[in-house]
Amino acid sequence: MTISPVDAGITAVIALVGIGVCGLLLLRNLLKVIIALQIASKGVIIALILAGNASGQMNLAQSLAATFLLIDTLVAVIGLALAVQLHRTCGTLDLKQLTAMHDPPSSPPE
Amino acid sequence: MLTVSLVLVIVICTALSIRTKQLLIAALWLAITSAAAAAILYNLGAHEIAVIELSVGTGLVPVLFVFAASLMGKQSTFLPSIVPHSLAYGLVLICMIILGAMLFATVPAQPTPTDDATSFTRMLWETRGLDMLIQGVLIFAGVLSILNLLSALRDAPLSVMTSTDPRNPKAAKSEVV
Repeated sequence: MTISPVDAGITAVIALVGIGVCGLLLLRNLLKVIIALQIASKGVIIALILAGNASGQMNLAQSLAATFLLIDTLVAVIGLALAVQLHRTCGTLDLKQLTAMHDPPSSPPE
Repeated sequence: MLTVSLVLVIVICTALSIRTKQLLIAALWLAITSAAAAAILYNLGAHEIAVIELSVGTGLVPVLFVFAASLMGKQSTFLPSIVPHSLAYGLVLICMIILGAMLFATVPAQPTPTDDATSFTRMLWETRGLDMLIQGVLIFAGVLSILNLLSALRDAPLSVMTSTDPRNPKAAKSEVV
């Protein structure tokens, strides 16, 4: 049983984007949400390369994919730093609890 | 056979990294997914991006996840979702069907011959030079923001770090008092 690399790429894009979006919808832990975002972004990178492969502009697609890869890594790194800070200050990474948190009402001026 | 194996590895490892309860194990499954994605990129002819994905996706990002997970310690990651499971699965299934129909209908099975007039290096550094400049700025901004975030922890007072703990409000109050 063999399939072409293009068909394998399309299948991988569908699987990665689908499972990543499903994780974004269902997960409530901030670190798991970042992992789901990473998974979906890998599907997008393969889709960019597939587009370049189909249009014959592989170099342009690779340069765009390199830019996307850098931005995706920066998003993950900043998200992890934010998650560490949130865990130390709020004690939780549950998105529902983090959303419900707010500053206490300020005291009226004397 | 190799391409089928790669797709199977991607599907299984991705599902396991989402489903597993331990963050360290999830980071390891994510690393294997990145390696398989890099192999698929190499098969598609994107050799440079495959190498970058292998080094960044398999090397850097999982190490950062392991570092963050070790900083936070053991915690519960298996929380009930806000969105109903049936609704989420149905929406994702519909999206996957539409995406697959569009991709299989538009992408040709055989790759189009690549225009080799400009090499990847020339395209990256000359044609897309502004992108590279912005990437450099983004890297410095990211490093500076992370340093700022991590250094802000040392300056935070103890009351700020403990008074908003939602899991143990009594202990937080007593500590502040």
